Amino acid sequence: MDWLTTVDHKKIAILYLVAGGFFFGIGGIEALLIRVQLAKPMNDFVSAQQFNELITMHGTTMIFLGVMPVIFALMNAVIPLQIGARDVAFPFLNSLGFWTFLFGGLLLNLSWFMGGAPDAGWTSYTPLSTNAYSLTHGVDFYTIGLQIAGLGTLIGGLNFLATIITMRAPGMSFMRMPMFTWTSFVTSAMILFAFPAVTVGLVLLTFDRILGANFFEVSKGGNPVLWQHIFWIFGHPEVYILILPAFGVISEVISTFSRKRLFGYSSMVFATILIAFLGFMVWAHHMFTTGLGPVANALFSIATMLIAVPTGIKIFNWLFTMWGGQIRFTTANLFAAGFIPTFVMGGVTGVMLASAPADYQYHDTYFVVAHFHYVIVGGLVLGLFAGLHYWWPKMFGRILSEKLGKIEFWTFIIGFQLTFFVQHFLGLIGMQRRVFTYLPNQGFDLMNLISTIGAFLMGVGVIVFLVNIGITSRKPVGAANDPWDDGRTLEWSIPSPPPEYNFKQIPLVRGLDAFWKEKAAGHTEMTPSEPVGPIHMPSPTILPFVMSLGIFIAGLGFMFTSDDFGNSFLNFIFNNYIVTGLGLAVTFGSMLLRSLFDDHGWHIEEDELNGKGVKA
Amino acid sequence: MTTPHAQQTTDTIPHELEKATLEGRNKVLTFWLFLGGESVLFGTLFATFLTLRNQVADGPSASELFNLPMTAAATFILLVSSLTSVFAIQAMHRGNKKSLSGWLSVTVLLGLAFLILEIYEFREYMVHEDYSMTTSAFSSAFYTLVGFHGAHVLFGILWIGILIGQLAKKGLNVVTAPKIYVSAMYWHFIDVVWVFIFTVVYLLGKVA
Ligand code: HEM
Ligand SMILES: [Cu+2]
Repeated sequence: MDWLTTVDHKKIAILYLVAGGFFFGIGGIEALLIRVQLAKPMNDFVSAQQFNELITMHGTTMIFLGVMPVIFALMNAVIPLQIGARDVAFPFLNSLGFWTFLFGGLLLNLSWFMGGAPDAGWTSYTPLSTNAYSLTHGVDFYTIGLQIAGLGTLIGGLNFLATIITMRAPGMSFMRMPMFTWTSFVTSAMILFAFPAVTVGLVLLTFDRILGANFFEVSKGGNPVLWQHIFWIFGHPEVYILILPAFGVISEVISTFSRKRLFGYSSMVFATILIAFLGFMVWAHHMFTTGLGPVANALFSIATMLIAVPTGIKIFNWLFTMWGGQIRFTTANLFAAGFIPTFVMGGVTGVMLASAPADYQYHDTYFVVAHFHYVIVGGLVLGLFAGLHYWWPKMFGRILSEKLGKIEFWTFIIGFQLTFFVQHFLGLIGMQRRVFTYLPNQGFDLMNLISTIGAFLMGVGVIVFLVNIGITSRKPVGAANDPWDDGRTLEWSIPSPPPEYNFKQIPLVRGLDAFWKEKAAGHTEMTPSEPVGPIHMPSPTILPFVMSLGIFIAGLGFMFTSDDFGNSFLNFIFNNYIVTGLGLAVTFGSMLLRSLFDDHGWHIEEDELNGKGVKA
Repeated sequence: MTTPHAQQTTDTIPHELEKATLEGRNKVLTFWLFLGGESVLFGTLFATFLTLRNQVADGPSASELFNLPMTAAATFILLVSSLTSVFAIQAMHRGNKKSLSGWLSVTVLLGLAFLILEIYEFREYMVHEDYSMTTSAFSSAFYTLVGFHGAHVLFGILWIGILIGQLAKKGLNVVTAPKIYVSAMYWHFIDVVWVFIFTVVYLLGKVA
């Protein structure tokens, strides 16, 4: 119950982590099923339809429900601590964002049990995703589930923006902000400008499928390429929304474990912003083969290649940070160091794909699959592992086992290379993406087998991670404030895990790497910027949960408005929008409650802050 | 610490009550950001509409359909409602609660009038012209863009309506002021969007 009503950013971080881990597991199982099917030619482990559902749900789950919440988990756990704040700007919204995201994800996965999952690919290209070609409710679950989950993400993004703009501790100017907070800030801004586009896209597709609209219906004047534009105007920035926080994690981890300040801090900030800007300008590189014409292709091709410049700056800055540093290869740092070469390789194949004529060859082959997995798994997932190992003691007060961590790292990264390295060559010799099987003796057989073996090895790595978590959670809480000894940023100046008010006194920031600076000056604690006083805390509330539940019910109701259930009662309540209305009533009703009854919160008093003993 | 419900006499009211607390400033700032996102939302809808506006299939085209005098009247009503919401905020800055809720009520009524005209317009098309969401790509784009705006107006009416009630119950203070200020920002935003709709959908549709 405590967890359903919490508005504490640290607990919400844990909720995001658990939910993300759960969906990540589902997506991983789907990946393994795909790889089993492709392990040998002419396999009949799953049917063609099931295969389509598997790849669609794997991609959708991984991107929207797997890595996204883990990123949000880290952002929630770390941002307020790094900027010296007691909480986020809007604790209520924070909780609302989580529950909306979770209910959207659950709705999407309900499709497995309710007549078939979405089957049109994670990009849901029209006309493949229209009623004519996708016969089950699968794509409806996709459009409505993602719509709801996306709403949660947008709310979260807004909250982080406000938090970072207004809640920084005294002295924490923008150019003193830790890199992870910076990249999260830019990511949140990208979410704000990218997600509304996909919101509209999903609405249009929903209307086509449920209300009989004609946005993508050619016979009535609709335009299927419109979907691709809208999807990629969102979709390309989305990949940077994913990768930028990982860049932030890498910057923190590498500089901590090299005992050096991040090389080229201001160029890192500048590069982040430039990447975000260019990220919005290049969406049509996904559409070279749709026939936009040579001029458009050339422009988008060049714009895409430009992104390599700021990305290259970042890579070199990391290398220069390590250069001459006192490097310690903890598990976190192993993941961070492993990130660099794999990400570089993903970037290089990206530049290859950005060349329009070459893309005519690579398009829809396994070369593309290899490329984006190098970026998202070899980049982002490694980055998340680095971040999790790095901040685990801060979040839970316990250090993960280094020994298991190293086993986990090596199995995962070797498995990763086995899985995806060969896929480049599979693509180059012509194996298509999204086909459920292939003929023997075309040169595909051995490499596919290797790829499947590698995938299982990655699975083993993940299991070792889970075992590590299990073992660690039995140890007593007892991590030091600064368990790595070399912590540079504010989160390491307070206990692990932090008390619910984070900072007893808001610290005074006197430079970049604020805590490091104080340590270098011989202090063990931050200088406070205020006297000890009572701290105002927001009260817990169930309303965000209920509001999200209402949206969930409304979405489910809307999906079935034109169905014939063969049952007059069900027909009545669904076909007359009664279920939809009921769901909306729950949501708006709780909004009304929220606005009628003020939440004054509560205070933690001074004597309680100074020592536990005084509590009456 | 100031308690939110401290009795305030007119002369202790800060000039911009909505920005008197951190929470209030956060609300206003975040709402600006939110409107940035809303701009992308409507921008995408406009782009869709512009792509599909000549794809009328067998259905009527914009110039056959639209009734400009009525939409012009609706436009005028909505613009006036923006003005009355400005008066409301000015009243709030003067600390005049009565005038504030008066102007807010006028704003809501004007919004309601706009909405009724719009519903009447949609009904005309649907019933008399047999023109619906399913007629053509143009019709889908038209109903979606204009309907989205209409839904925003409806939401605004309900929202400001509730705020009028809150104002009566709780008075004008650092909690209610940011809410009212932000709802006025929202109202201006949907007015601006409507100006674009009037131009791009109706005027351009009539001349093309
Ligand atoms: C755990 C290891 C993983 C394995 C073995 C794996 C394997 C695969 C395979 C075999 C496909 C199908 C390719 C096709 O036939 O088109 C695929 C597609 C995809 N994967 Fe993964 N994947 C893994 C992790 C991830 C992660 C972590 C993400 C994202 C964060 C991801 C995102 C995607 C996407 C977006 C697609 C495209 C789906 C589509 O075409 O609709 N994968 N993956
Ligand atoms: Cu892209």
